[in-house]
Amino acid sequence: MKAARLLPKSAPLVLLAASDREVIMKPAAFDYERPQTLDDALKLLASSDNAKIIAGGQSLMPMLNFRLLAPELLVDISRIDELRGIRETKGRGLSVGALTRHHEMETSKLVEERFPVIHEAMQYVAHLAIRNRGTIGGSLSHADPAAELPMMAVLLDAHLHVAGPNGLRQVAARDFFLGALTTDLEENEILVQVEFPGLPKRSAYAFDEFAQRSGDFALCSVAVILSWSGNFLTGGKKIGDVRIALMGVDETPVRIEVAEQLLSGAKHIDDPLLEQVASVIRDTIQPNGDLHASADYRRHLAYTMSQQTLKTAWQRLQGQTDED
Amino acid sequence: MSNLKTISLTVNGEKVVRQVEPRLLLADFLRNELNLTGTHIGCEHGICGACTLLVNGDSVRSCLTLAIQVDGAEVTTVEAHGKPDSMSVVQEKFQQCHGLQCGFCTPGMLATAEDLLNKYPLVTEEDIREGLSGNICRCTGYQNIVDAVAAARDEVRSQ
Repeated sequence: MKAARLLPKSAPLVLLAASDREVIMKPAAFDYERPQTLDDALKLLASSDNAKIIAGGQSLMPMLNFRLLAPELLVDISRIDELRGIRETKGRGLSVGALTRHHEMETSKLVEERFPVIHEAMQYVAHLAIRNRGTIGGSLSHADPAAELPMMAVLLDAHLHVAGPNGLRQVAARDFFLGALTTDLEENEILVQVEFPGLPKRSAYAFDEFAQRSGDFALCSVAVILSWSGNFLTGGKKIGDVRIALMGVDETPVRIEVAEQLLSGAKHIDDPLLEQVASVIRDTIQPNGDLHASADYRRHLAYTMSQQTLKTAWQRLQGQTDED
Repeated sequence: MSNLKTISLTVNGEKVVRQVEPRLLLADFLRNELNLTGTHIGCEHGICGACTLLVNGDSVRSCLTLAIQVDGAEVTTVEAHGKPDSMSVVQEKFQQCHGLQCGFCTPGMLATAEDLLNKYPLVTEEDIREGLSGNICRCTGYQNIVDAVAAARDEVRSQ
């Protein structure tokens, strides 16, 4: 196909006078810098009282368009190469650079092999156009109560690596999310990497999410990891490590430890036990009601989806017995 | 505003250098600075999908992207998908299946369909519907849009 000339040849394209152009600007005015290194980014961040970081911009841009935020300075970290990439760590873990895009995470063979639960959860993140640009670091720092990545971090006991003026520090995922859109990050800090420690060898997962439209924020989501412990040869095997995380039912993603403890040590999971665990989950969460679903409805979803998700994980875990 | 920055990018195969305010959205840049009004603006906060176009081959919401963020990138708008006498496969199928009524959502649908076809097998109708779920059509002509993408898939896969 012959490439047609698609731009007009001559220049007088600006139909509006400069003063009128103000009208079409959605965000309030800001300065913009695009540092090439983390050090420069931190310095820029410290140089202003009202600076914001932008990478993919898929959470920040709507807020700028609505003028919910009006930063003085936008620090675009999207070209800082040291913040990119998915790497293997010791003990079958993975470390994910903050600039990793959702679509990269969704299609990474490493992620699929080591953390199939993340692979599955990524299919539920918004729409392809958002996943193409949105970053892992952005989703974690934005901390929407109904976002999948923060939930995965909490489920998998991830460590978040944060860079600031005084160097690097690590925060456990469960201490990182403080409330809706609120994290442990200081104004002058940047989330640079998230580290997912490896899972026990014989473990199984299940994930489910309910939203009104595919790709919308979840009304309720449940993720489960079950692992075997004990000696397979002597018949002493029982459920060891248990993780149950829910999202969309509180200000932050939550782990339900009382429910986890009910399953840990069990040799078998039957329907009455599932019902008991699901009831505990339903009675432990503290969902808010909103336009999309009442608190009671979210509790009901949590109850039903927990049973189904645990059942799936248990069936998969039983399938693990004969291997190895 | 005086904090203008120079950006240089490729739009539909042509090099473009312009001075922009950092807060200028890519969608507004294309429409108002380059007169490329094929990119439609609907909700302006990433929900409706009308402004979806391709940046370096990936579908992207141009209302959730600053022009300055695509400095150095290659942007493809609906104006470059094809021409009336040489339409892209996806455009051809939209025409054959009557995949549009008013046409407002179509540029975004086309860009989304192109990217979906590149990245996913789209085996079932459900896959197509889920893939298109970020693009809203207020004529609600979804059935024909889904048919068009399925027809494009069959054509592309058979080649």
